[in-house]
Amino acid sequence: MSEPLIRLESVSKSYGSGAEPAVKKLTLEVEKGEVLVLVGPSGCGKSTTLRLINRLIEPTSGKIFLNGEDVTDVDPSELRRKIGYVIQQVGLFPHRTIAENIATVPKLLGWDKDKIESRIDEMLELVSMDPETYRDRYPKELSGGQAQRVGVARALAADPDVLLMDEPFGAIDPITRDRLQNEFLRLQQELKKTIVFVTHDIDEAIKMGNRIAILREGSEIAQLDTPEAILSHPADEFVESFLGSGAILKGLTLKKVRDIDLHQVPTLTAPVARDQALQALQESPDQVAVLLDDKEQPTRWIDEKALNRTSQPIEKSGRPVTVNLQPEDTLQDALTTMLQSSVGMAVVTDRKGKYLGCCTIESLAKLIMSEG
Amino acid sequence: MSTISPNLSNRTPLSERLDLIVSPIFAVILGIIGTAVWLYSDIDSITEDILAPEKLQRQLGETLLLGFSSSILVILVAIPLGIVVTRKGFPRLKNFLVDTLGLAQALPAYGLIVIFFSFMGAGITTVIFALATFSLLPVLRNTIVGLEQVDKSVIDAGRGMGYTSRQILMKIELPLSVEVIIAGIRTAIVINVGMSALAFLVGGGGLGETINSGLKLDRGPAILIGAVMVAILALVFDFLSALAQKYLKPKGL
Repeated sequence: MSEPLIRLESVSKSYGSGAEPAVKKLTLEVEKGEVLVLVGPSGCGKSTTLRLINRLIEPTSGKIFLNGEDVTDVDPSELRRKIGYVIQQVGLFPHRTIAENIATVPKLLGWDKDKIESRIDEMLELVSMDPETYRDRYPKELSGGQAQRVGVARALAADPDVLLMDEPFGAIDPITRDRLQNEFLRLQQELKKTIVFVTHDIDEAIKMGNRIAILREGSEIAQLDTPEAILSHPADEFVESFLGSGAILKGLTLKKVRDIDLHQVPTLTAPVARDQALQALQESPDQVAVLLDDKEQPTRWIDEKALNRTSQPIEKSGRPVTVNLQPEDTLQDALTTMLQSSVGMAVVTDRKGKYLGCCTIESLAKLIMSEG
Repeated sequence: MSTISPNLSNRTPLSERLDLIVSPIFAVILGIIGTAVWLYSDIDSITEDILAPEKLQRQLGETLLLGFSSSILVILVAIPLGIVVTRKGFPRLKNFLVDTLGLAQALPAYGLIVIFFSFMGAGITTVIFALATFSLLPVLRNTIVGLEQVDKSVIDAGRGMGYTSRQILMKIELPLSVEVIIAGIRTAIVINVGMSALAFLVGGGGLGETINSGLKLDRGPAILIGAVMVAILALVFDFLSALAQKYLKPKGL
């Protein structure tokens, strides 16, 4: 890999002489363009670690490099203008309009007026807020979710390479949080910022992180790896207990339906004769077949019992296929669909609804086992 | 999403609206009483002499001068002091100052004026300094409270975005505490104008002279008119500071 964008070299921070250091000889590298999540129990020093990077807290010893340059001896205010900063409480300036809030860092950097004005609109659009409506409002007129959108817009306004986020979605209701997380992931795919993200929520860490550092007291790294690797191979008991009992279930959100070997049940294309259908079913080990329409879209599950009920045409027997999975869906979606399905399987289609195959509990289990 | 009332900023709470009405109402009532006394009571030559227009004019000027100078002195001392002690590293000094000045306020203003007289001699400056000492506490205390009530996360965000300590103070802390600080100044001004009635004790002049002459010569109307004038002045200043409080407060709060 190339030179890391951020590098902490045996950094310590202690308060007073007697107390245990909040951060103890931490060495950590953050690659360009990745989201590194620091996660750990409260009081483990994760926030302190984050604030060491932009020198809101001065390290007691050790070195911090940004882009290969030692930041421990540059002017802290100038350093911070180059680093985006988002906090849980948002901290919008209540006496400034949304536009003025977003303009904070560009103004500090001395951008000219026109550039700032157009940047404000651009940023509001980036976080899906209508500039016309929101520019001249004050922070107290925003909901919590909107305020944090503005918080993110403000942090990105001067286009910093690095973004530090301290539990940014921690104070937001679960539904809005989920939406903001998804939007943020979409943003990050475009922007490719280098992000250090602090949270105490392991689910959020798994969802947001390219890599996760699980920290224990003193900001000591218990494990630093990709979410997949941490879930399948927790380094020790601490990590295991921190992941909690549902580690396998959590891992399901990381994989997509396309990773599964799809199971092929017999397919029948309407219109089909009854005895032909029966023969296909009897030749197959499966108890059920999928009936496709003329566009190859799955319409119904057909089993022998349905075929024997001769009073109805085949197109109307059996049970309807209600939910289709697509290759981009997560395995968690797949599991949910399977559990809800009447036949214990879920149909997978491409985007246009064309039948691809079926997802079964066995194929899911096989994939999980092969990882573990 | 959340519904937002469009005229949020035009809705002021009842207490704030009353704030701007109460002092003018009282001032007008007192004005009517004063005029009534002047028109309908027995005014003899001695009373007329006490209430001679050129005397009242001079005393009024002295009262204004006392009120203004002592208030400005307080502002110039208490606000910077409040800023300094709320910076990092002065928690002890802060507590010490608040305690000592609390003591100064516990003394009667009369006693404080006499103490200042004992080493500064007679004259208007003595009174200005005594009044300023007496009314320092409300401004200092409100400056400290005002600065300390500023949301820490707003300061953290400001720092995190690259504001220097000076910019934090000027662009975040002071604007966000202006209302509380002016409330302190308002208290100080009312104290100063009111207490200036005691200035005559050490040769500082002011409307207290009229009240004092009225007392000594047993002329009720003179006492009343003098007192009413001091009270009206204090109320007018209170009203002006309430206006300042309203219009200097940043929008959006």
